[in-house]
Amino acid sequence: MGADQPPKIVIVDESPIRAAILEEGLREAGFTGVVHISEMQSLLARIYALDPDVILIDLENPSRDVLEQMFQVSRAVRRPIAMFVDQSDAASIQASVDAGVSAYIVDGLKKERIKPILDLCISRFNAFAKLQDELDRTKSALEDRKVIDRAKGILMKLKGLTEDEAYILLRSTAMREKKKIGEIAQSILTASEMLK
Amino acid sequence: MTIPLRIGFIPLVDAAALIVAVDKGFAAAEGLDVTLVREVSWSNVRDKLNIGLFDAAHLLAPVAIASSLGLGHVKVPIAAPFNLGLNGNAITVSPPLHAAIMGEISDDPFVPMATALALARVVAKRRKRGAEPLTFGMTFPFSTHNYQLRFWMAAGGVDPDEDVRLVVLPPPYMVDSLASGHVDAFCVGAPWNSIAVDLGVGHILHFVADILVRAVEKVLAVRQDWAEKNPEVLAALVRAAFRAAEFIEQPQNRAEAARILAQPERIGVNADVVQRTLDGHLKISPDGTMRESSRYLLVGREGAARPDPVQAAWLYAQMVRWGQASISPEALRTAQAVFRPDLYDAALGREGKLADPPGAIGAFAGPAFDANDIAGHLAAFAIGRR
Repeated sequence: MGADQPPKIVIVDESPIRAAILEEGLREAGFTGVVHISEMQSLLARIYALDPDVILIDLENPSRDVLEQMFQVSRAVRRPIAMFVDQSDAASIQASVDAGVSAYIVDGLKKERIKPILDLCISRFNAFAKLQDELDRTKSALEDRKVIDRAKGILMKLKGLTEDEAYILLRSTAMREKKKIGEIAQSILTASEMLK
Repeated sequence: MTIPLRIGFIPLVDAAALIVAVDKGFAAAEGLDVTLVREVSWSNVRDKLNIGLFDAAHLLAPVAIASSLGLGHVKVPIAAPFNLGLNGNAITVSPPLHAAIMGEISDDPFVPMATALALARVVAKRRKRGAEPLTFGMTFPFSTHNYQLRFWMAAGGVDPDEDVRLVVLPPPYMVDSLASGHVDAFCVGAPWNSIAVDLGVGHILHFVADILVRAVEKVLAVRQDWAEKNPEVLAALVRAAFRAAEFIEQPQNRAEAARILAQPERIGVNADVVQRTLDGHLKISPDGTMRESSRYLLVGREGAARPDPVQAAWLYAQMVRWGQASISPEALRTAQAVFRPDLYDAALGREGKLADPPGAIGAFAGPAFDANDIAGHLAAFAIGRR
């Protein structure tokens, strides 16, 4: 690899969305040689075929242990990993583990050339986690909505309430018991199921 | 007051003492509020322990030593005050490789020298006809599985680096890889060997207890500085794990222990498979052949939980033999100092100790292990990377 050429980067991630977010970020920053591997079978052989300088892998991926093999000098390992990037400083270890990503350097890249890659990686992983979190919350809000609607229906039928009255009853019970409306609604569904 | 602790583990049966300590209330009885965090890779467990995201971890014994020596990674001194298990691994081979080995064997197939010699003949024949070298899966470069496979095949004359391929595979991928032919065999802990047999894609060729009578497997690991700063918390944790190990080793508790371990958020497999492992009563062939061993996995019985620095020295010797570590008296001392019988004794006193502890290792080949002369010991083995 010449000094001016951008390093070749491999992203090992089973999440296509996260990999795309990261890949896009790296390309925008001028790292054009980015390849995404999503298939974990024969991972080492694929990596050797690509011969990258940097490998990024998400921490949810059990195949991280496969990469650790590249630290070894053996017949199966053609180009040993010189360094685990996080070895360089404690703060970057913490930040990358928190973000859920790890980086391996195959060639002797200079630290200042690694730093922007890792920083970008961490920020994109964090952005993805935030997105995922929002998505999960939206999903569970939708779920709650459905449960509350069904509980309201039961209260209206059994107690002859209007929809508004049923909702007020749910809300006041939740406040009194210091629970979420969704939880109260769920217990009504469970109870009515049992009493059927 | 309860002390909150975060402890990482990999879903394997040898995390039993830790899981039962938490789920059966032994940890709470010691004033500990433990959150168990299930992890997907040994690299994650090691890193999260090293940087303090975990207070303690279920860890491969060789990883604890490698971390203390700074091999392949950041150097973080680890203390191991409690063995979570001895033995417990097995070597499973594909049906075609099993047939090939049985076709070449000239002795009892449970005798490891017999299978190792047969493997050497299989390897030689494959080479002669230009077949691809056999591929063996194991779990981590610094793993008991790696060293046990190497020790076994090298005894029969198979060079693990030249004659076959050894590859790291995450345990959950082992069975699929064997079924798809990506690997011809693997060495892994429970429950994966049994799952391969149940699915009809593998034969258990050896229990590790065939190869080594007493091999330390996983340890309870903490950072050395954490151990120094939190001696009472550590002692409480060791006691909780010890009580759990005692519970598990009572035959009448096995079914309950297996149910606890089988829960989806713990190991997440069939309770029956877990119990077969704890009982040492395993189906070894898809045709239903069973095999019993009183030494399949030791969780605390026979003094298994008390760390033995000789075991650490043996693991270090394997690192030297296979070119992962250079030999030096300082490194040997560092490796042995990872295993902390003193911390174990401080927590348990007389109760945790056997009057007459059994000897360490007991390998099927080579001279008896001498921790005081590793170079001399390794000189007795023809194959190695030193």
